[in-house]
Amino acid sequence: MNAIGLAQIAVVLATVVFAAVPLSAFIARVLAGERNVLTPVLLPVERVFYKLSGVDPAREQSWLVYTSAMLAFSVVGFASLYALQRLQNVLPLDPQGFDPVPADLAFNTSISFITNTNWQNYSGETTMSHLVQMLGLTVHNFLSAATGLAMAFALVRGFARAESPTVGNFWVDLTRGTLYVLLPLSIVVALALVALGVPQTLSGSVEATTLEGAKQVISIGPVASQEAIKELGTNGGGFFNANSAHPFESPNAISNLLEIWALLVIPFALAFAFGRAVLDFRQGRAIAIAMLIVLVCGVLIAYWAEAAGNPLLTSIGVDPSPGNMEGKEVRFGVATSALFAAATTGTSTGAVNSMHDSFMPIGGLVPLFNMLMGSIAPGGVGAGLYGFLVLAVVAVFVAGLMVGRTPEYLGKKIEAREMKLAMLAVLIYPLCVLGFSAASALLPGALASLNNAGPHGLSEIVYAFASTTDNNGSAFAGLSGNTPWYNTTLGIAMTLGRFAYVIPVLAMAGSFAAKKKAPASRGTFPTHGPLFIGLLLGVIVVLYLLQYFPALALGPVVEHLLLAAGKTF
Amino acid sequence: MLTQIRPAIVMIVLFTLLTGLAYPLAITGIAQLAFHDAANGSLIERKGVIVGSRLIGQSFVADNYFHGRPSATSAPDPNDASKTIDAPYNAANSGGSNLGPTSQKLVERVNAAIEAEFAAGRIDVVAADAVTTSASGLDPHISPQYALAQAAAVAAARKLPESRVRALVESRIEQRAAGFIGEPRVNVLELNLALDELH
Repeated sequence: MNAIGLAQIAVVLATVVFAAVPLSAFIARVLAGERNVLTPVLLPVERVFYKLSGVDPAREQSWLVYTSAMLAFSVVGFASLYALQRLQNVLPLDPQGFDPVPADLAFNTSISFITNTNWQNYSGETTMSHLVQMLGLTVHNFLSAATGLAMAFALVRGFARAESPTVGNFWVDLTRGTLYVLLPLSIVVALALVALGVPQTLSGSVEATTLEGAKQVISIGPVASQEAIKELGTNGGGFFNANSAHPFESPNAISNLLEIWALLVIPFALAFAFGRAVLDFRQGRAIAIAMLIVLVCGVLIAYWAEAAGNPLLTSIGVDPSPGNMEGKEVRFGVATSALFAAATTGTSTGAVNSMHDSFMPIGGLVPLFNMLMGSIAPGGVGAGLYGFLVLAVVAVFVAGLMVGRTPEYLGKKIEAREMKLAMLAVLIYPLCVLGFSAASALLPGALASLNNAGPHGLSEIVYAFASTTDNNGSAFAGLSGNTPWYNTTLGIAMTLGRFAYVIPVLAMAGSFAAKKKAPASRGTFPTHGPLFIGLLLGVIVVLYLLQYFPALALGPVVEHLLLAAGKTF
Repeated sequence: MLTQIRPAIVMIVLFTLLTGLAYPLAITGIAQLAFHDAANGSLIERKGVIVGSRLIGQSFVADNYFHGRPSATSAPDPNDASKTIDAPYNAANSGGSNLGPTSQKLVERVNAAIEAEFAAGRIDVVAADAVTTSASGLDPHISPQYALAQAAAVAAARKLPESRVRALVESRIEQRAAGFIGEPRVNVLELNLALDELH
């Protein structure tokens, strides 16, 4: 670790927070339906959307209707994306003449993109036509993020309102989130990326004659437009197999930092926007600070682990001073590779600028544990905020138990129904991750997909199910996931991780919205100060470390100890 | 739920047109006009022939060129489509080795690369990037340390004074942006193009 590495990390995090505060004011206005700077341009477009789809924007929905709208939208999105992939050979814009995507892979990819996961069991440049990349994958990068945004705001309205039968209108939230927030930011970031060297063309490949006279076919395409929303929407699905490590996705250190900034800025802005929506900025600030603490701890641990280099290679004569360079790019170095790894798994992005599979055991533990916590620091677009608010409810409940008072959060009494819903949501993760990992560790067919033996192999399996269940999408990419077993089980994990989590959350939104708002009294536990932040962090550690300690002990922890003893597999 | 089907279908169609067609095409149009070189892949031409992209590394094996990092990219086996063969710097299929830190294969591969470095006469402490594969398999850069370690061998193969080749490498070192962003590095393709200009 050195001062230059730490300075890069500090600059990115400072610019994220600096931008997130004003952005949060804008987002809060957009989702409250208030006028903003973009209204004169976008209001006519917005009206056309409502008119053609038969939506009355003034009519709000109960949580149940809101949920069914979200589900209907997801089902239609799945079907259209599946059809696009299966028919890509007969549709236009397939310059490289790819065959239809096989059924199990198309199933997996469709689920992956509608749930904001962007797990990729394919490599983009050898599988998907430009039409699928644009009409399918780029579109769902916007829409799955906007869906997350909508669901988070439904829950925020649950806290902000009193005795309300409705939580908002899904179609309005979806439309406004895409038009006002995601699209304008994407245009700015995409053009900045092109200026920094990212290609944006409709041709499929270029053929070069190398200096030594060999032919080199270079895949290319409309990269920048997909790259921008990939980060801003915390999606993570790369245009190329190597994702943001590919020099066309991120050509230099500046584009690298811009991409890290882009994947963090909206999730942090949403935490502040939550404070604004409940008319107490300090509430959002407390959430943002807790998120930042978890994120920074992860970054520093990963940076420390990677900066020391691999002792097994040092002992045979490799210079350890640049750190562990296997699976990393020279232009990024280990500091911003560690930052990217923690940020991409702290959000539900899953883009990578280095190969997590080749991280040191403790360096790889950080992204893995970030995902086991549900990618909540600061979380995916929308998903991070509602995930963190569920934990806030649990934390307040625990505090209530300790002092023997009925717990309240923002004036809303937390009763048996809300706690049951919160626990239903929280428990779906370990059920999916540990259940499917255990099954895969026992099936010889599933074990054949591993790229590494020993404890690292177990880490590859747990990583895959953690990544898909919490809709992250990053990978210990040595695992060959493109088999019927993994395409199917990972697809199920993504579905449950998204919908089995968010339906209880939306039910909580409805339940809170209907409640009275109790005025704060002297006995109210304050939820904006350091005590609450500490309690929240304590709940996170207890909840997740206990659930996953056995799996982590058998994977990265034992690998770390065996590596120190010089053992290889 | 059924009443939500119509808005679901119409919204998907409208957003597909907006974010799937209008948005990427508008960005493509602006990019092609304003940033033509970058938008098309930062290609390098020499005597009318495209010799590569300055962003994409390429495989160098000859003694008279500087070598890039080892690359883990592969290509389909021409004899058996279900298998792959090693194809370093295959810019149509990017990727890393994904070998974990305790992998026996990794240690053996690095060991072989170290022995090759010693055999080629590059006897400094072995630079980490000289024997590790990059994440993309297409890393266009090497560290200044690795570039300088190769200078003597390249100079000998070209029958040039070592000092000239070292001076060329030093003139090609790209420093950190603003003094602290990124890492010092040398672009191998550009270095080798400049090397071909030396007489």
